[in-house]
Amino acid sequence: MASIVREVGETFVTLCKGFSITLRTMFRKTTTENYPQTPPSVQPRYRGIHVLQRDQNGFEKCVGCFLCAAACPSNCIYIEAAENTETQRISAGERYAKTYNIDYSRCIFCGYCVEACPTDAITHGHNLELAPYDINALIFRKEQLLESWPPRRPVS
Amino acid sequence: MEFITQHPVLVVSLGKIAVLLFVIMTVLAYLSWFERKVIAHIQSRWGPYYVGAHGLLQPLADGIKFLFKEDLTPPVADRLVFTLAPFLALALALTAIALIPFGPPMQLLGQQVFVVSNSEIGLLFLFAITSIGVYGIVLAGWSSNSKYALLGGLRSSAQMISYEVSLTLSVVGVLLLAGTLNFNGIIAGQQGYWWHLIPRWHIFPQIIGFFCYLTAAIAETNRVPFDLPEAETELVAGFHTEYSSFKFAMFFMAEYANMITVSCLATILFFGGWLSPFPDRWTWQLFLPGAALLATGVYTAFDTVAQMRGLKRLQMTIVTLLALGIGSLCLIPVVAHVIQGPFWFSVKVFLFMFFYVWIRATLPRFRYDQLMSFGWKLLLPVSLANLVGTAAWFVWGWMRHG
Repeated sequence: MASIVREVGETFVTLCKGFSITLRTMFRKTTTENYPQTPPSVQPRYRGIHVLQRDQNGFEKCVGCFLCAAACPSNCIYIEAAENTETQRISAGERYAKTYNIDYSRCIFCGYCVEACPTDAITHGHNLELAPYDINALIFRKEQLLESWPPRRPVS
Repeated sequence: MEFITQHPVLVVSLGKIAVLLFVIMTVLAYLSWFERKVIAHIQSRWGPYYVGAHGLLQPLADGIKFLFKEDLTPPVADRLVFTLAPFLALALALTAIALIPFGPPMQLLGQQVFVVSNSEIGLLFLFAITSIGVYGIVLAGWSSNSKYALLGGLRSSAQMISYEVSLTLSVVGVLLLAGTLNFNGIIAGQQGYWWHLIPRWHIFPQIIGFFCYLTAAIAETNRVPFDLPEAETELVAGFHTEYSSFKFAMFFMAEYANMITVSCLATILFFGGWLSPFPDRWTWQLFLPGAALLATGVYTAFDTVAQMRGLKRLQMTIVTLLALGIGSLCLIPVVAHVIQGPFWFSVKVFLFMFFYVWIRATLPRFRYDQLMSFGWKLLLPVSLANLVGTAAWFVWGWMRHG
């Protein structure tokens, strides 16, 4: 008899614990993000659409070395390099990327290009909205990838 | 006008039925919204969110969707029974609600206002109706001619029949205390207070009976953790696997209607029905319904201004105005008196419905043999013991007082 009473008591306590947990969770903040309405929150190291960086003088960091294109496992980076001249200086180094295309229909966002870059020119941004109706729109040109100048945020 | 005076019973009854049907259908629809919302928040989600402000138009969208879906009947199914089953389930579930008194026995044209049918054998009739309800499920499972549906129907008939025994037995204790089968009589027997504070509800002497009733009622309505007839992981959807479109919706509504009936019954039998939990001398409780509605209105007003944009803002403004308007209407003393009974009744039923949803979010499903052994080996003996104990207490009382 005593064991039955103890078992009933223990079951009751256990049930109460379980119910109190679910009740408490009900008043907790929801973790769902209303993505289209509010901007998505991504982790700092999220690998989104690439951004070609500039240095503090506004020159492009990319020096047209092709290391990113060489590191790319899916061969989606196409670069045409050209020499900087005295009258027209694009990057701080000798050469610059005249054409810099990334084919996002092939890019796998592995980040090898970012690791390979000797001048930290190519980085991952946090933008993830990449869905077009035309597959040709997935080939991003340099103008689309390049950081705007003057920068929106002050250079720190 | 002449017709009304000549046939007061007919006219008033039809009016009551129309109003009750409208209210019950709305409540059914918003119960699904409420359940989804509560479960979602327990699981840290939003729940219905996009259709209307706070997803308030979701039931409407669901209804429209059900109406416009293709109504499939399997070619191997028994056509007549297949069509009849959902009607049977829903009709019986709604019939049971006609017996529930939602408020004190107020008279209008010689008829009670808050109950469609004030039957002398109310409780017995209600149990009769709900036990026929099994037929809807059994016939649905059988006529579908599908193995999942058949197994679901089989399970649910076995389950409902075995739990009905404990359900009925757990209620007999209350009947001994009340001495009547009439719902108004049962509620009237719970008037008064112990030490002028604790209401004389049957829950206190019949606490064991209440827990038996609660468990058996959840099993009776096929809800989690006793939802084996529709165990998704084993039986696809159980007895309504082959149903689509509005027939499926009817099963859905029948389930919710049964939940409401069972909650109403628990309220009447154990929690004093439409009686207030506070002593009569606390006169401020008259203004509680109005105050609650006004508070809701103020809250939604803040919500509207802070959160809502565009069309949703319009919807929430309507909700706010309704809450504030009805709330201030309820503060008029005459209205406050009338609304008192239904208010407490719906508060208690609402708490039961919340408990239903809460259970669904908390407990896992039973295994089938566990269900059966729990029902026959634990619940039935306990409810029997409760009945015998109550009866013995009465006999002891008679022997003492002669």
